[in-house]
Amino acid sequence: MEDRFSHSFTIRGKHFIDAGKVSTEIKRLLKELGVRADIVRRVAIATYEAEMNVVMYAKDATVTLELTPRDIRIVIDDRGPGIADIELAMQEGFSTATSEMRELGFGAGLGLPNIKKNSDDFKIGSTVGAGTKLEITVFIN
Amino acid sequence: MKLREVVESLHLSVRSGEDRLDQAVTGGYAGDLLSDVIANSKAGNVWITMQVHVNIVAVAVLKDLAGIIIVQGRQPSEETLKKAKEEKVAIVVSDAPAFETGGRLYTLIDGSS
Ligand SMILES: Nc1ncnc2c1ncn2[C@@H]1O[C@H](COP(=O)(O)OP(=O)(O)OP(=O)(O)O)[C@@H](O)[C@H]1O
Ligand SMILES: [Mg+2]
Repeated sequence: MEDRFSHSFTIRGKHFIDAGKVSTEIKRLLKELGVRADIVRRVAIATYEAEMNVVMYAKDATVTLELTPRDIRIVIDDRGPGIADIELAMQEGFSTATSEMRELGFGAGLGLPNIKKNSDDFKIGSTVGAGTKLEITVFIN
Repeated sequence: MKLREVVESLHLSVRSGEDRLDQAVTGGYAGDLLSDVIANSKAGNVWITMQVHVNIVAVAVLKDLAGIIIVQGRQPSEETLKKAKEEKVAIVVSDAPAFETGGRLYTLIDGSS
């Protein structure tokens, strides 16, 4: 394995057909790089939930994946409405998903809690009217 | 137990992933809320759901599920089938509702172990 691997992706908001593409790609990439399956799965789940939030609530986002021998770091930086009350958004069951999104199976209010559960370190910052930034770290050992 | 045995015992119709039927099934999880399925299903589970739209494929890929059983004879959308074929995900359809499908699956898996 290289000492450091990094790659960037973009997510387009409102694009439900492509939704999950970036997390699926990241999963494939990490697998190819020889990362252990359970770690790949945790990264993929956290990235998927973050990706779906961009698709549902934001305009677009840049995703950066960084892999070192110690950890995997994913940063999802979106342009969108931002989150006014992060503590509330982090609560299990809290959701502002529309009825259309709920019909598609979104809106359990479990996305952000799932991200937190699957990361070893998780940071979330947001500016209302500008966007939201998530930093997800998963340790390799 | 292989996915093929589940398909045969429960009389399911295979819509994609014909070449994935030799996969081992470790159990099942039923749900229509994607984040709930992501949080609580386990690798190798079959997923029983009413959802038919394309996003179910990514969930199955990310969680390494053995396959998706769509209940009540609902049909996967065109995009769902296209994506499932690309990602090699098995999608099968049950004419029975979720309760019955889950019950039969549970009995089948429980009886085999
Ligand atoms: N990137 C984002 N931009 C703006 N708001 C967001 C963003 N991510 C989350 N939110 C807000 O936080 C709430 C909770 O998010 P979370 O992912 O936990 O649940 P959900 O997306 O509503 O449902 P689920 O993820 O279970 O399908 C959302 O309903 C939304 O109001
Ligand atoms: Mg979400």
